[in-house]
Amino acid sequence: MIYKIILFAPLIGAIIAGFGWRVIGDKGAQWLTTGLLMLAALLSWVVFLQGATEAEAVHIMTWVQSGTLDTSWSIRVDRLTTIMLIVINTVSALVHLYSMGYMAHDENFGDNESYRPRFFAYLSLFTFAMLMLVTADNLLQMFFGWEGVGLASYLLIGFYFRKPSANAAAIKAFVVNRVGDFGFVLGIAGLYFMTDSIKLDEIFAMAPELANMTLTFLWADWNAANVLAFLLFVGAMGKSAQLFLHTWLPDAMEGPTPVSALIHAATMVTAGVFLVCRMSPLMEYAPEATGFITFIGASTAFFAATVGLVQNDIKRVIAYSTCSQLGYMFVAAGVGVYSVAMFHLFTHAFFKAMLFLGAGSVIHGMHHEQDMRNYGGLRKKLPYTFWAMMIGTLAITGVGIPLTTIGFAGFLSKDAVIESAYAGTNGGYAFWMLVIAALFTSFYSWRLMFLTFYGEARGDKHTHEHAHESPTVMLVPLGVLAMGAVFAGMLWYNDFFGKTEKVAKFFDVPYHAEEHHGEEHGDDHAKADDHGDDAGHDDHAEETNVADKADDHGKDAKPHYVLAGEPGEGAIYAAMGNDVLNEAHYVPKWVKTSPFIAMLIGFVIAVWFYIWNPSLPGRLAEVQRPLYLFLLNKWYFDEIYDFLFVRPAKRIAHFLWKRGDGTVIDGTLNGVAMGIVPFFTRLAGRAQSGYIFTYAFAMVIGIAVFVTWMTLSGGAH
Amino acid sequence: MESHLLSFVTFIPLVAAAILAIFLRGEDAAAQSVAKWVALIATSATFLISLFILFDFDPNNTGFQFVETHAWIFGLQYKMGVDGISVLFVMLTTFMMPLTIAASWHVENRVKEYMIAFLMLETLMLGVFMALDLVLFYLFFEAGLIPMFLIIGIWGGKERIYASFKFFLYTFLGSVLMLIAMVAMYFDAQTTDIVKLMGHEFDSESFSLLGIQIIGGMQTMMFVAFFASFAVKMPMWPVHTWLPDAHVQAPTAGSVVLAAILLKMGGYGFLRFSLPMFPVGADVMTPLVLWMSAIAIVYTSLVALAQADMKKLIAYSSVAHMGYVTMGIFAANQQGIDGAIFQMLSHGFISGALFLCVGVIYDRMHTREIDAYGGLVNRMPAYALIFLFFTMANVGLPGTSGFIGEFLTLMGIFQVNTWVALVAASGVILSAAYALWLYRRVVMGDLIKESLKSITDMGKRERSIFAPLVVMTLLLGVYPSLITDIIGPSVEALITNYDTALEAAGAANQVAEASH
Repeated sequence: MIYKIILFAPLIGAIIAGFGWRVIGDKGAQWLTTGLLMLAALLSWVVFLQGATEAEAVHIMTWVQSGTLDTSWSIRVDRLTTIMLIVINTVSALVHLYSMGYMAHDENFGDNESYRPRFFAYLSLFTFAMLMLVTADNLLQMFFGWEGVGLASYLLIGFYFRKPSANAAAIKAFVVNRVGDFGFVLGIAGLYFMTDSIKLDEIFAMAPELANMTLTFLWADWNAANVLAFLLFVGAMGKSAQLFLHTWLPDAMEGPTPVSALIHAATMVTAGVFLVCRMSPLMEYAPEATGFITFIGASTAFFAATVGLVQNDIKRVIAYSTCSQLGYMFVAAGVGVYSVAMFHLFTHAFFKAMLFLGAGSVIHGMHHEQDMRNYGGLRKKLPYTFWAMMIGTLAITGVGIPLTTIGFAGFLSKDAVIESAYAGTNGGYAFWMLVIAALFTSFYSWRLMFLTFYGEARGDKHTHEHAHESPTVMLVPLGVLAMGAVFAGMLWYNDFFGKTEKVAKFFDVPYHAEEHHGEEHGDDHAKADDHGDDAGHDDHAEETNVADKADDHGKDAKPHYVLAGEPGEGAIYAAMGNDVLNEAHYVPKWVKTSPFIAMLIGFVIAVWFYIWNPSLPGRLAEVQRPLYLFLLNKWYFDEIYDFLFVRPAKRIAHFLWKRGDGTVIDGTLNGVAMGIVPFFTRLAGRAQSGYIFTYAFAMVIGIAVFVTWMTLSGGAH
Repeated sequence: MESHLLSFVTFIPLVAAAILAIFLRGEDAAAQSVAKWVALIATSATFLISLFILFDFDPNNTGFQFVETHAWIFGLQYKMGVDGISVLFVMLTTFMMPLTIAASWHVENRVKEYMIAFLMLETLMLGVFMALDLVLFYLFFEAGLIPMFLIIGIWGGKERIYASFKFFLYTFLGSVLMLIAMVAMYFDAQTTDIVKLMGHEFDSESFSLLGIQIIGGMQTMMFVAFFASFAVKMPMWPVHTWLPDAHVQAPTAGSVVLAAILLKMGGYGFLRFSLPMFPVGADVMTPLVLWMSAIAIVYTSLVALAQADMKKLIAYSSVAHMGYVTMGIFAANQQGIDGAIFQMLSHGFISGALFLCVGVIYDRMHTREIDAYGGLVNRMPAYALIFLFFTMANVGLPGTSGFIGEFLTLMGIFQVNTWVALVAASGVILSAAYALWLYRRVVMGDLIKESLKSITDMGKRERSIFAPLVVMTLLLGVYPSLITDIIGPSVEALITNYDTALEAAGAANQVAEASH
């Protein structure tokens, strides 16, 4: 029941606000949706704090049923879901509250236009779709949520429907996401083909078998687990704006800023990460696909960070930052440490939502000016916003005390990702990309802070004189999120990235002590082994264990715990041999401190560029003009896609229409008919339209006679 | 006791048409109003009575139900009946007709004849879905062309004569081949009873004709002959070009009937004749049909992108959606055929609604040019919402009925041919592109054009036409079992028979080869 309330409260709010606002009024619609979201958020925390429960399924009603394909509307709640529930509902409730202030006066609309109920209805509708996505117990319902958030995103990006740029961005977001969905749908079809089910539990149970099956897909035979995991990940790439399918996210900033905070930072864009974690039993058997995930994630983290370095629009900087941070999450998932991917998703939701809301507060205070070149010195004018943004910046850049677990949320989760990346790839490509990206992150985040809040006021004097702090209703959400940005990492560190048994407990994964490894390995050495009690497997596991990390043995001899679930038991799954969660704790000290050092370097460069020597960036851009333009134009992805896809599609479309349909088909195929048509046309043209009736009845009679004659003559045969 | 329910339902509209033709005189406003009300009441009554068919229908009985047989002229028989495959098409027809009549309320030219044409059309369409005799089917199937031909030719747009003849010739020429095949079938099976023909095994031994080896023999020949007719009706690429022209010229209600019901006759034909009667022929031709479907989806979606006329765009979109239907049917598995039927029914509601959407603004501005619009949301918020809803349904958003059909057919085809699945799945990208782009150009943006500044939002009549369509689209999207429960057992039986027939034919051919 409690789950149903959490799930449907936003939908009810959306429907009433959307259709009944004339009755309950502008204010009523806002308070209703916000109130229902607060309720949902509260209940979500209750569910979350109740502790780990077994995956529960609440059946609502049947959905698509065809042959052996059997899907229902139902709610599945396990730890992954409850994490997402609190993230979605908390951020959503705060964004609702914030929007009351932010959307109070919008110059895009006339005075007597009621745009606010529509906005709140869309926000609540989005929340509902997102909740459907994370509570799905089968892939089809997940796809429902997946497309539902896409619809809400389309509606909200295009909320300022008079702006051509907003409309273009809305379509772009929807269509690019559809490219990802194309992969997702094929993945679902493939899973059904191979496992005869699209229910999560049944797929999970089949996952080990899938690793040994081949699927003939297109021109070749593939390993089924790999190709299916890959197809699903294509969907994730679209939704989470990963490299090659990322182009919609920066444009999505056309939507109102609260939307960017909710959808394009904290929740919807993390759906891809959620999908990969949710499908961990499949991913674990798809080494090549996860290798690809790691590669794409790392590349995205690096790419987006480079572009973020030079953007001038405050929202675009944060958008690229989001894109980059999503890359981090995918790396963690790709190397098989799903708990850490979720950890970063969790903390990122707080500090990134806050950065966006803070940016929104600045934009609100600066009369919808978004170009940071026209900011400067706003520290005094917007003191609360400044401190909120400062906390957000400290969190995203990863400030904390190295080699301890004391620090801002981003410090703990990002370091966990980087350590996992090092352990998972043996210090390979992904690790280095992430460290470099951490440096860039620090630079562009501080650049944003310095350009906005420090230095001299630039741009329109009038705007600066009238710059004002935001109302309380906008500051409260900032305060709440700031708490999250400071404490979320420290509070839940052990649950996401602590000792194996703690993580196991948190995610409800079965685990057991591994007797004979205890003295050999460290205090919290965990080894994933789904047949841990089987002696033969144990021996095998020991070998890999020793071979993998003969270099970092612990000293004390506490019992050694391993994740020991079958696929589908617990919220995440680690296959035998996946020991990265544990190994990540034993990476060299220089690895552990590397993100901190990268952060410091980025900070110092930012101070140098924007405080000590503000003319330097301009000169550097002059000297390195090609590189600067390359970054400023986002590696020219939009231009390349336009050249490769958009324009050819239009040309081909026109060609097929005029030449294909016109010349070829109409020209040849009905050449005969075309000879006849003019004849009839002339005949009909001469006649009054009333005569057409006569022709028609002549035809009826003709057919009847023809048929009868044929039948009779046939019968006489 | 034999039920006469089917005949009753079928001929109510015809009786109403006859009443209009005989008793209604004059062209004044009062007479026009009477004609409209008679048509509306007759079609509504038909719908209400047809609900009895639905309620009394037993989905688990995979045979024909409500069967009635009478001797007819020249030793032919009149035989009607429905099974799980046809019953919902009957319902679709009776459901849509009152809406199309209501959508024609503003017609002023020759109202009586207009209503007569639509009423006759309803009878003929219902007959197609119920006929269980080859000759009867053919009569309904072909005669249905005539009212449609008249509707386009008399109440259509500027190019109506060209369009109506193109429509007529395309579909008629396709049918000639079918007629020849029907005669051949009669010679072979000595019956025109469809039920008996479904049990008859047509010769499938390969032979060579004019030096060309024809695999599947007679069955393939017959399949191709029927295919010619049904493919035009669907319409399938590359014989689809009559449809955009017909749609553009047809009056709104004509387009609705054309898209919602007439196009479904092709798909129904495949399921009633091609698969059950010529399984070997169907099997031989499947790869070709699948590729034609896949090409249709991508090709017509691309062409839709280039359109400047709203109705043409939606017409091309219809062809693309019918591509999923043929693909699903010839995947010949449960998901494929379930999905195909679902897609046909759902497309009936959605494309019908989209043509009505075009009609709403066409009535106001008398143009279908996309460029003539823009920013309608400023003055027509209700219209913007309805149009958005059906645009999203057309794009196949989950939660609407448009998704279920697309999804099921893709699930079906993936098991048969992943290349076709890949090409077809790319249609989801293109459909989003053309549909949203259309929506943006018509509805979004600022209202700049002077001519649109005084445009009014939808009235009560218009809203009440859309309401049932919205309800059906949502209901079927959220609870598709309403359809799949009814069609499921019949589809399963169809597939079982199809597979058995193929196996038997395969075994027989092996024996034949061994004996040679």
